[in-house]
Formats: sequence, C-alpha cells, structure tokens
Amino acid sequence: MQISDNWIDIAYLISAVLFVLGIKGLTKPKTAVRGNLLAAAGMGVACVITLLHRDIVTYEIIIAGVIVGGVIGAILAKKVQMTAMPQLVALLNGFGGGASFAVAAAEFFRGGHPDMVGIIATGAAVLIGAVTLTGSLVAFAKLQELIDGKPMGFPGMKVVNAILLIGSVLAIAYLVANPGTPTVFWALAIAAAVLGLLLVLPIGGADMPVVIALLNSYSGLAASAAGFVMGNSALIVTGSLVGASGLILTQIMCKAMNRSLTNVLFGVMAEAGEAMDQDEVYEGKIKSTSAEEVAMVLETAQRVVIVPGFGLAMAQAQHAVRDLADTMEANGTEVEYAIHPVAGRMPGHMNVLLAEAEVPYDKLKDMDTINPTFEQTDVAIVLGANDVTNPLAREDKGSPIYGMPILNVDKARTVVVVKRSLSPGFAGLPNPLFAKDNTLMLFGDGKGAVVDITTALKEG
Amino acid sequence: MDFVSQLTLFVLAIFLGVELITKVPPTLHTPLMSGSNAISGITLVGALIAAGSDAGLLINVLGFIAVVLATINVIGGFMVTNRMLAMFKRK
Repeated sequence: MQISDNWIDIAYLISAVLFVLGIKGLTKPKTAVRGNLLAAAGMGVACVITLLHRDIVTYEIIIAGVIVGGVIGAILAKKVQMTAMPQLVALLNGFGGGASFAVAAAEFFRGGHPDMVGIIATGAAVLIGAVTLTGSLVAFAKLQELIDGKPMGFPGMKVVNAILLIGSVLAIAYLVANPGTPTVFWALAIAAAVLGLLLVLPIGGADMPVVIALLNSYSGLAASAAGFVMGNSALIVTGSLVGASGLILTQIMCKAMNRSLTNVLFGVMAEAGEAMDQDEVYEGKIKSTSAEEVAMVLETAQRVVIVPGFGLAMAQAQHAVRDLADTMEANGTEVEYAIHPVAGRMPGHMNVLLAEAEVPYDKLKDMDTINPTFEQTDVAIVLGANDVTNPLAREDKGSPIYGMPILNVDKARTVVVVKRSLSPGFAGLPNPLFAKDNTLMLFGDGKGAVVDITTALKEG
Repeated sequence: MDFVSQLTLFVLAIFLGVELITKVPPTLHTPLMSGSNAISGITLVGALIAAGSDAGLLINVLGFIAVVLATINVIGGFMVTNRMLAMFKRK
C-alpha cells in the first residue's frame, strides 16, 4: 500500500505532538510514566506510517534490523544496573549519532539531485553523527572503566583537533562543489570519527556528567541534520527537542561543578590556589565518633537531612540508608535527602538510585530547596559526599572550587560525616567541614556504618 | 519542504524544547536523558526508508546498520525510561 506524502507528513506532525506531550509529562513524577508512553506511541505512529512510504519496496532487511536492534535494546534495558545508567545513556547517545550518520551516508550515496542545502546538511549529519558515535564510545569506556578515567592526550592534540575540524569543514565545502565524490565523503567520515575520539579522551572522569549531557545534545542535533537531508519534519522537530534538552542539562551540570563548558571540553582544571596543608586543617580538630554515639544524637533529633554522594551508591548502601530513615521516622523524626546536582554520575542519577531503594521522591530535595533549611536541621548525615559539602567553595576566594554551589551542611546543629578516611575528593582539597566544632567523623565503610547506626538506634 | 520552512521548524522547536525542558525537575533528569535517547531514535524513520529501498546494496547495508542502531535506541530507551519512572511512581 502506498499513500501520499501529505498523509505521511500529517502523521509525523501527530507524532511530534505526542513527543511534546510526552516530554511535558516528564515535568511531574506523577504524569511521567504516561508521558513516556505517549512518546512511545508517537514513535509507533511515525514508524508505521513510514513503512507505507513509496520508496520502501522490500521489508526483509527492515524486519531483520528491527529484530536485531529490538532484542539488543530490550536486553540492555532489562539488565542494566541503575548505577550503570550513565554508561547506558552514553552508549545510546553513540548509537543515535551512528544511526544519523548511517542515514545521511545512505542518502549521500543514493545520489538524486542534492542541492547545496542538502549537501551541507549531509555533511553536518556525518560530522556530528560520527563525532557523537566515537566520542560516546570513549565516554562509555571511561565510565565502564574499560580504559583509564584520567585525562589522556599528547602534545599538540589541540592543533590536531583544529586541523581535523577545519579539514572536515573544507571537505563539506568540496562536496558542495563536487557532490559525487565518495573519497572525500569517506575522508570526512574518518576525520570526524577521529575527532570524536580526541575530543573525549582528554576529559577526566569527574567531568563525565557534562560530557554525557553534551553528547546527548549532539545526538539530537545529528538527528535534526539528518532531517534536513531527507526533508523530514519529524526528524527536524524531534532532533531539536533532544538537542535543546542536552544543552540545558549541560548548562546545569557546568554550573553545579563551577566549570565553564570550554574548560570541560579542553580538559582545563581550575588553577590550584595556594596549596592547603591537610594537616594544618585537620590537626587536633577531628572528633571521631561511634555508631552508638550517632544513634544517641539521632534519637533526640527533630529533623535530619541525609546527604548522599556517589560513594554511597558504590557501596550499594541505598537500602541500608532507607532502613535508617524508616527507623528515624518511626521515632517521629522528620527525614529529608539533600541532592546536589552532581551527587551521581549524570544529571538526576542519585534520585534514581534512591528511588530504586524505594525512597519516596518527595523527600528528595534539590540544593536550592534544602539549603535554607539546614539552620533548622538537628543532624546532617553526609554519606560518601565530599567536595559538594566543602565550605571553602563558599568562603575562600583563593580556593580552586570557590564559587561552586555547595550544600550548606555545616549550618546544621550537628554534622555526622561517614567516610573511610580523611582522603580528599575529586578536587584534591582538604575539607574544613571535617574539622568543624559541630562535626563528628564516623570512620568506616558506608554501608556497615549505616547498618550499625540503625541497629544502635533500634536497640536504644 | 523548502529550506526556509525547515529552518523555521528547527528554530521554533529549539525554543519549545528549552521552554519544556527547563520545567523538568532535577529528580527526573536521568529518565529525561534516557527518554530523549529513545526519542532521538526517530532517525529510525530515515533508516527504514534506506533499508527498504531498491537503491543498491551499499544503501541497504547502511540502512540496515541505521535500523539496528536506531531500534536499540527506541526500544532500549523507552523500556529503561519506563523502568526508572515506575520506581518514582510507587509510594
């Protein structure tokens, strides 16, 4: 069966509307599941109607591809651990870029009568698509610890990147003048693929949340460019929605880490201020405590705020934390969670990890909401978080992290920090919070310590 | 569709995207990213046309690769987003 292009375009419009309604659903946890289903329905409409397109004459290859991709996708979605979500999103970003690349390539080799706009769009889709594909694979490998998370590079790397980028743009210009030159096309593809590798290799593990968000944006832009190539409204609209989403999340992450996007992209770390002597900060001021003592403090507390960091998730302690919170709540204590934007390894990651442990989402408070409440908080429990609680970011103008938004846990009446040792976080700085008069350090394994506190609290 | 109307769509959709996405709370940012992975699998429609055309082997091979990758995004993206959102739903 074949239908006219008008009907196909109207169906694409319907699916674009469903995508918009789907994202709108994601603005509230209550409507989010329905939103996701609406978006999926939009995808269904777009795919089914495309199958009726007059250019499609054979279905074998389509069916084979859908089965292979569907099985892989379903397995990934079912098996992935919530802690590994950043890796999965990195991988999916890469596949999105790869798909746009392949679609643009197919369109290029089909020939036809491409105009200047068509060729430029093809070039853009190939360039962005290939960069997204290889860049995301590097991000995936770093997050999965297949390769070292440390920044990697060689002298002159930036020059090489600049040459690759300029060369790619020149290749696109050449294709505009001579549309049918496959060698130049493949040269462009290879240059872009290498560029993707070299762009992400020098970025350190701590900056990965920014990179994933940015590659998310690229994958959308690549889809949009593919839409320009094919004159397909569904791809253009959807790709730009995703592109905007990734850009906003990139911005949020950069702000939360006090890093400019250029610094992240070029692997520039903040200037180390005058070296702070760890001993000077900590000496004689650290008060070590025990689980029983913490339980005694918690017993009389009216309000407790738990500050989770990724260390907590690495120790798989989310369920233990929820047990502790349940015990405190049974005691009549109000318990909330303070979530810093970079608490996890990607935007919103910590919220998902706690939701998995059945922590109600309305207890998860973002930084701006929770910060004014620390002064009325009896106990703040810091679990596996470090730099995001460092008062130097607020007070010491000479500090490399000065200006980074932090959780003001030091304003709570008592601060309990659960940590293995006094070792510094990603920023490599001592944390004066640990030496404050109102801070108690509970040294030990995060999960074990939380379980011990809960037990002591139940017995007490 | 001519270039100017394409560009119009693109620019307006970016503005719409910015307005929409800024309203998504931080709690849902991870599902937002996996969900947008799924939505960017819309490239599948282009992939279907390439894979199902009779324009030659190279086109079909590229189309097949694109169909596989885009389907992983669509199926994997929507399913994993659903899995996460279900955890937020229960009280």
